[in-house]
Amino acid sequence: MDHVVIVGAGQAGVQVADSLRNRGFAGDISVIGDEPVLPYQRPPLSKDYMAADGDPGALPLRAERFFTEQRIDLRTGVRVTAIDRGRQTVTLERGERLCYSALVLATGAANRALPVPGVDLAGVHVLRTLADAEHLRAALATARSAVVVGAGFIGLEFAAVARKRGVEVTVLEAAERPMARALSPTMSRHLGAAHRDMGTDLRLGEGLTAFRGIGGTVVAAVGTSGQEYAADLVVVGVGVCPRDELARAAGLAVDDGIVVDERLRTTDPNVYAVGDCASAPGAVPGTRLRLESVQNATDQGRRVADALVDGTVGAAEVPWFWSTQGPLRLQIAGLGRPDDDAVVSGDVAGGRFSVFCFRGERLVAVESLNRPADHLAARRVLASGAHPTPVQVTDPRFSLKDHAKQFAVAS
Amino acid sequence: MPKVTFHHDGGRADVLDVAAGTSLMRAAVHEGVRGIVGECGGQAMCATCHVYVREPYLAALPEMSEDEDEMLEDTVAPRDPRRSRLGCQLVLGGDVEEIQVDVPSTQV
Repeated sequence: MDHVVIVGAGQAGVQVADSLRNRGFAGDISVIGDEPVLPYQRPPLSKDYMAADGDPGALPLRAERFFTEQRIDLRTGVRVTAIDRGRQTVTLERGERLCYSALVLATGAANRALPVPGVDLAGVHVLRTLADAEHLRAALATARSAVVVGAGFIGLEFAAVARKRGVEVTVLEAAERPMARALSPTMSRHLGAAHRDMGTDLRLGEGLTAFRGIGGTVVAAVGTSGQEYAADLVVVGVGVCPRDELARAAGLAVDDGIVVDERLRTTDPNVYAVGDCASAPGAVPGTRLRLESVQNATDQGRRVADALVDGTVGAAEVPWFWSTQGPLRLQIAGLGRPDDDAVVSGDVAGGRFSVFCFRGERLVAVESLNRPADHLAARRVLASGAHPTPVQVTDPRFSLKDHAKQFAVAS
Repeated sequence: MPKVTFHHDGGRADVLDVAAGTSLMRAAVHEGVRGIVGECGGQAMCATCHVYVREPYLAALPEMSEDEDEMLEDTVAPRDPRRSRLGCQLVLGGDVEEIQVDVPSTQV
C-alpha cells in the first residue's frame, strides 16, 4: 500500500499533500507537524498580525475540513524522533511507528540562536511560530520602546509595524547596510533611509554584546560599541538554520540543509526534502541553493508531488520574494549578488523604482519598491530569457512591462 | 452579518456569513472554499484568490489599487476587464453587505 509520510506541516509540507491529491494520488498521506495548531501561514505574523487592528487569529494554510475531505491524516503537536531507512519507518515521540513508501522531509528552519549574556531574560523575543507571535503581540500592546536585533526581513517588518503603533524602535545591525544578504547596495541604502524616515533609529555596524535585565526582565541591549539602548522588549531576528537534524541522524547527506537532486530526492531514493530545509542544485552547475520563501516552498511542494505521482519533475520557477514594511512594498524576482551591476529605473525620490541587477550583460534579478508592474514583468522576463540590456534599462522611457509584452507578441 | 456566495463550475455554491472587516479571501480560506488559495496571506502578491464579481455587486466595491490591478494581469484564469478582483482586497461590511462571485476553475 502506498503511504506518503510528510514530516512538517508548514507551507511546503501541506502543499505536498494538497498537490498529491490534486494529481490523483489515491494512497495514504500523513502530515506530521510539531506545533499543536492547525497549519497556518507564517508571513502575516511579522506584518498584519502585529498591527493594532490586526486579526488575532492565524490564517490557516487550509481549512480543517480540507484535511478530512482529502483523506489526509494530519497529526499536530507531534514530533518525529527518528527515521529508520532500512525498515522505511518513522518513529513519533510517543513511540508509534509509521511505515512509508515515500518520505518527504519538510522540516523548515529554526531561528539562529544569539549566544550572548541575557538572551534568556523575559522580554527578549523571537518570531517564527504562532506561539512566538502571540507572546510578542501581547508584549507590543504595552511597550514604549523596542530594540530589534538584525535588520533582515523579520526585523524590519516588525520595526515598521511597531513604529506605526507609536513604539520607539532601535534596530541594531552588525553589517554596514540593512538586508545585506538579500538586496543590492542601492536598494539596501534606500530602504535604510526609508526606515529612518519612519522614525526608526537604525544603527548600522553595531552588533550586540549582551542584554541587561532587572529582576529577570530585559531593560536594555548593549551594542558592540559599548552603547546601551533602553528597551521594554527586544526582538531577535538574526537569520535561521535549516532543520536537518533528523536527516543527519538518519545518515542522509546534509550540507547547510538536506542535500537533494533536481528531483528533490535525498541520497536515499525513497526520501525527499522540500522547502527551507532542502539544499537543491542551483541553476549554475556545481552550485547549491537553499531558499527560505513561500514561493520556493510551494513550488518544490508541487514538484515533489509530480515526482511521486509520475516520476517527472519540471524545472524550478524563477524565485521571488516579498516584504511589506510600513509603506514600503518590496518585491524581488531572481537571485542577485551584491557585486552585480545595478541599474536603477523609475522614480527614486518618490520611492517607486526598481533596481535591475546585471551580471555582465545578463539580467539576474529585479528588486522593485512600490513598482508591482516591474515585478510581475520581471518574473515573466527572467523565466522567458527575453532580457533587456543594461543600455535599454538606462533609457528613461524604458518600461519592463512593455518589453515583456513585445517579446510575448514576437514569440 | 455580511453574506458571501462563491459560485463554482457546475452550479455548486458556498454561502458564508462573514464578520464585517474580514476579506473575502480570509473568509474562504477559513471555511475551506475550494479554488481560493491565498498563498501570500493577503498581501496582493500572488494572485491566487482571483474571483469574478457578479454584475449587481460591482458598484459597491472599493477602487482597485495599482498593486491589485497589476497582479490581475498575471492570473492563471483570464482576467475579465470588469469583473476580475482579488479576494484579499475585498473587505466585507460597510457598503458591501452582500456579494456573489464566481470562482475560476484554476488559480495556480
